[in-house]
Order: sequence, then C-alpha cells, then structure tokens
Amino acid sequence: MNRPRPLSPHLQIYKPQITSVLSILHRMTGVSLSIGSLIIVAWIVSLSLGVESYSYFMSITDHWFSHLALFGFSFALYYHLSNGIRHLFWDAGFGFELKHVYMSGSIVVASAFIMTILTWYFVYFF
Amino acid sequence: MNNNVMRSDLGKVQGLGSAKHGVGHWKIQRITAIGMVPLVLWFIPSLLITILSGYSESIGWIKNPFNATGLILLIGTLFFHASLGLQVVIEDYVHSEGFKIISITFIKLLSILLGVLSILCVLKICL
Repeated sequence: MNRPRPLSPHLQIYKPQITSVLSILHRMTGVSLSIGSLIIVAWIVSLSLGVESYSYFMSITDHWFSHLALFGFSFALYYHLSNGIRHLFWDAGFGFELKHVYMSGSIVVASAFIMTILTWYFVYFF
Repeated sequence: MNNNVMRSDLGKVQGLGSAKHGVGHWKIQRITAIGMVPLVLWFIPSLLITILSGYSESIGWIKNPFNATGLILLIGTLFFHASLGLQVVIEDYVHSEGFKIISITFIKLLSILLGVLSILCVLKICL
C-alpha cells in the first residue's frame, strides 16, 4: 500500500494573480522592512555618538548603492503601509467583493508608487 | 449534550474552557499596525527634512520633547510589530520545532535589544 496520496497543486503551477502576488509582497516587504529598521537604529545610534560617527554614517548612505537600497526600502515601506491599511479594512469586515479586492489592490500599488516617487523627487530636488 | 459547542469530550469532563487569550497575538498585531500608520506618516517626512539639513538640525529635532516622544513610540511600536510579524512568518515556513522555537526567541530578544538601544540613544540626545 505505497500508493502516493493526491497532492494539492504546487504553488508554481498557479498563474500569478494580483491577489496572490500582493499577498506575498506584503510578507516580503514586512521581512525587508524588519531588516531595514537597522538603518533607523544606525541613524539614531550614530547621532547619539557625536558628529564624527554621524558623518561616517552619512558617508555610507551617500553611496549610490545605499541610495538604491533606500529606494527599495521606501517602496517596501509605502507598499506595506498601504496594503496594511487594506488589511485593516478587511479585518473590520469591508471590501471582500472580488471587484473591490481588485480595486483596492490597484489603489495600493498606485499609492505605493506615487509616494515613492514623491519622496525621491523631494530628496533630489529640494 | 450540546453539539454546537466545539469542545472535546475530555475537555468537557475536565471542565476546561478556552484559555481566553487565543486571539492575543492577532489583536496586538492589529493594534500595533494601527499605531504605526500615524507614526510613519509623521516620521518619514520629518526624517527626510531633518536628515537633509544636517547634524545639528537632527540633534535639535530630537531634543524637541514632542519629537522624542514620537520617536520612542515609533521605535517601540516598530519592533513590537516586526517581532509579531516575523514570528508568523517563521511559524509558517520553519517546520523543525526546535529551530522554530530558537529563531522566534532570537527574534524577540533581538527586537528588545535594538529597541532598548535606540530608545536609550534618543534619551541620551534629548536629556
């Protein structure tokens, strides 16, 4: 009796949909933000240690690679913020209709992009 | 016998009810999430303005008691929320019981360490 039991279809069989992609993105951005919170810790610690360590911290963040990482961090933050609010609406019992799920998903992605672009426009042009 | 009550026979005989705090993790994750919304909307623009204006401006910004309060609340809520979220991710994807317990404990201790360190640095600046 070694007949293999039926398995549920593996994840990679499924066609990616906006619902599932946004769902896993919420987790991935959450984990990334947890790691990225070390940047905020480093900022506060370097500030408290004095002007020399703060300059050292700022010289690291001025590198183009740091800008790229911070760009990713800002997008992850705005995405997790927007989609988190979407989750809170679901927790309160609103927005379960499929068309509303699609609509709120599009709003989340759009607002994450808009806030990211506005942030970096501010950083470079002000 | 009331079949609508979802309790095991053994549980009923022993007079055991629910522990009454099964939703604790879920609830605190939502409460910290709600707290993070205004804190982040306040912190990110303030951080951008301060960080772009230099060292003494950043120090002056933290020395303002309202900013220091917001910053300490942000740090506490952030690491609380992050450790709750990472715990769920670990519970879902780590299947070895031992490694699961070790990594969740590690995450929680690390969150406390980073939270205390950051709050202490804020206090050192503003006191």
